[in-house]
Amino acid sequence: MRAGWSTDVGRQRQHNEDALLVVEANQDGDSPLPPFGLFILADGMGGHRSGEVASALATRMVARHILQQVYLAALYQRDHDAEQLPLKEVLVEAVNLANAAVATAVPGGGTTLICALMLGAQAYIANVGDSRAYLVSPEGLEQITRDHSLVDRLVELGQLTEAQAVNHPQKNVLYRAVGQGGVLEVDTFIHAIPPGHSLLLCSDGLWGMVDREEMTRIITTARSPQAACDALVAAANQAGGKDNISAILVEVPGEL
Amino acid sequence: MPVPQEDDLPAQAPGDLSTRHISKEAPPQVSLGTRRQVGGDGLPRVDGRLMEGALLQGRYRILGVLGAGGMSTVYKAQDLHFPKVQRLCAIKEMTNTATDPQVRAMVVRNFEREAGILATLNHPAIPQVYDYFSEGDYSYLVLEFIQGRDLEVLLGETEGFLPEAQVVNWAIQICDVLIYLHNHKPNPIIFRDLKPSNIMLDRQGRVRLVDFGIAKVFQSGQKGTMIGTEGYSPPEQYRGIAEPRGDLYALAATVHHLLSKQDPRLEPPFSFHERPIHKTNPLVSNELQDIINRALEYDINRRFGSAEEMKRALMALRSARLTVRPAPTVEGIRPDAPMPLWQFACEDEIRSSPLVYEGKLYIGVYDNNLYALDAETGKFLWKYPTEGGVASSPWVAEGKVFFGSEDRLLYAINAETGRLVWTCPTRGRVYSSPRVQFGHVFIGSDDHHLYAVNIASGRVAWRFEAEAEIRSTPAIGPDAIYFGDEGGSVYAVGVSGKLMWRFRARRAVTSSPLLTKELVYVGSQDWCVYALDLRSGWAVWRYRTAGPVISSPVIEGTTLYIGSADGEVYALDASNGYLVWRYKTGGQVTSSPAVYEGAVYVGSVDGFLYSLDAPTGQLRWRFQTNGPVISSPCVENATVYIGSVDRHVYALPV
Repeated sequence: MRAGWSTDVGRQRQHNEDALLVVEANQDGDSPLPPFGLFILADGMGGHRSGEVASALATRMVARHILQQVYLAALYQRDHDAEQLPLKEVLVEAVNLANAAVATAVPGGGTTLICALMLGAQAYIANVGDSRAYLVSPEGLEQITRDHSLVDRLVELGQLTEAQAVNHPQKNVLYRAVGQGGVLEVDTFIHAIPPGHSLLLCSDGLWGMVDREEMTRIITTARSPQAACDALVAAANQAGGKDNISAILVEVPGEL
Repeated sequence: MPVPQEDDLPAQAPGDLSTRHISKEAPPQVSLGTRRQVGGDGLPRVDGRLMEGALLQGRYRILGVLGAGGMSTVYKAQDLHFPKVQRLCAIKEMTNTATDPQVRAMVVRNFEREAGILATLNHPAIPQVYDYFSEGDYSYLVLEFIQGRDLEVLLGETEGFLPEAQVVNWAIQICDVLIYLHNHKPNPIIFRDLKPSNIMLDRQGRVRLVDFGIAKVFQSGQKGTMIGTEGYSPPEQYRGIAEPRGDLYALAATVHHLLSKQDPRLEPPFSFHERPIHKTNPLVSNELQDIINRALEYDINRRFGSAEEMKRALMALRSARLTVRPAPTVEGIRPDAPMPLWQFACEDEIRSSPLVYEGKLYIGVYDNNLYALDAETGKFLWKYPTEGGVASSPWVAEGKVFFGSEDRLLYAINAETGRLVWTCPTRGRVYSSPRVQFGHVFIGSDDHHLYAVNIASGRVAWRFEAEAEIRSTPAIGPDAIYFGDEGGSVYAVGVSGKLMWRFRARRAVTSSPLLTKELVYVGSQDWCVYALDLRSGWAVWRYRTAGPVISSPVIEGTTLYIGSADGEVYALDASNGYLVWRYKTGGQVTSSPAVYEGAVYVGSVDGFLYSLDAPTGQLRWRFQTNGPVISSPCVENATVYIGSVDRHVYALPV
């Protein structure tokens, strides 16, 4: 597993309200744990810098909980058992802890949050908001997550076309975000990343500015995941950089 | 209340008192912290709001704030032109945030035109407009002050549910106002912002509509991501379409919220149909639910044609006898059990599950035999006698039938002739069922071992020692074999016999694992269904039933089906373990379900074979045998095959 990441304020905003957090852990020796990766991306919102506080706080809360419940637990104990909290519950709990923390510490602030826990080539994904996860293959980008946005619902219902959604005055309205308080419904996804494929996490500052064909071309021709992320951010800026831009790319090497 | 007009702004971001929203850029009308200041109009303000005692236009004395939102503030005020009496009014203040002078002027013009129309309305449920004016950055609407509570407040104070008759009564009154507005000449008036917080109950208990959507005039292009949707607005409003039937949608959405107590602003937009009222409030009548559903259609042409029509439907409801949730029906339901195509009597109980392969049905029986029958006619072909009961279910590969017996042997029998090819001894009874892959037969034994046996020679290639009896049937993945033991462990053993991982449930794992690309699914007698990471054994999700899970899972599409000794058949979302439906039978369900053309087939200890509608879990039919059905059905060529403890094998049309 090789990962790259990049974030940029873009061309039109004063602050970068996106937050990223990346953890990779590898082990060798007798019966090693599978390669472990934790990739978190959050896109904050709210006035007076509360967006950046919300996104940073949320990524830290989620990382803390998952590392404790999954990675540290696995280091302490070789076999898995029914006493451990299942991964899906850990993810949902982690995002809800972040939700409560943001609601308390940053009233009026909120954030999207996408988190991918990688165990070997298997991705466990939790999502709230409109940041996205894509499976990247040489053939193109397959969107794994669903946006919690008003326009996405309208497209689903056939009330808007994809093209109308892109320019809709309410395209930024989310119906679910971390920091809204209460019990948050969190989407979870399980996806095996086949050899030679990658997992892309990104904020709307990327997917809203650069089309899928262009993103596929950039990723498949880049030398490394890091070079791909830098090029993706550059392409979003080239297209106008209307919002903060963030990308994390995790590549599962092809079979030799 | 906007009248459709060409320079009306497109539907804009929520900005109402009740909607939480967070903007990436601070809305300009919100000030930092608590700050005293003097507005452009020279009036004293705190946090951008007029202070108590401030005097507007030298006439309206501010008494306090009634409510506030991103776009507007509503004050309680006294009109000093009536010095002898205390004439109260509500003053709605809206901020003009536009910076472009032409846009500013347009906003003021739109406001004054709409306020002018409002002032001409005359209906008891619509508060009177006394006055309107603009001053500096602000525009004001002076309205009749209404004593009472809005329905949002009332709902919050209500324990349990509001009575249906009460809510229908309010809905009818609202229809009356909508009829008045929609028939306004020369242009119909669309209320456009109907929701519980805009509906007041006055001291006489009459409905008053308090907040026309006039504030929308002031919502000029907020930027940045926001949380929260309006929740009650019809989908077409987001395409800039405001028309009378949109108000019917919002009325139905309001009724849905009042009766279900589910706030639509906290749910995915336009998801009312997915959340029928009776799911949270079983007291609501089906007839009302039908009316609500119709008014909530996405397609505007499928709603009621007018407020008059909706009112008639509601009135009819009031006089009708209401029914609460009659049993729903499914297309293709067959209340009568099908007649068996054939049935075959053996000499003892059947606990093994049938397997149909190339026109023959194979099944093990407690009379020590493995039977081969003609699958089409049920005609006896041959039987092979062992020295013990056969509870293991047969498996066919490379022309041989494999199965275990209580006599501790694994058998390979010629599938055509029924002649013995080889046997392989184990040191315990064999209840596990065989699976074949990589040129080997894999099977567990009560001697705690999983055996890998060469398919041609019957020689043991390797044995893997588990902690307890293995009665679970192994599942074979691309590079490992997965099975459970009676000690509660699930094992992943490599093709060479080396342990890859182990997961410990709290009780025995008799259930047989099911594999997908990513996960291993299995039940345990600790009452749970587990999904485990295929490569590491990490638990991904678990679903807790109310009894031991001995049944083995099956997946069709994205749904997993499994039985439990609590008597239920469960359908779970395979990716996250959420319950899709469950169906209660009259006994334990240890049989494993089979899915065929949209139906789930499963046996129960109550003696029935059940056929359930796979998407909904509703009963299609059930067939009664004369003993518990522990055997799992096999479906081939539109025929369900099942064995019963009543000693019979049955073939039924699907």
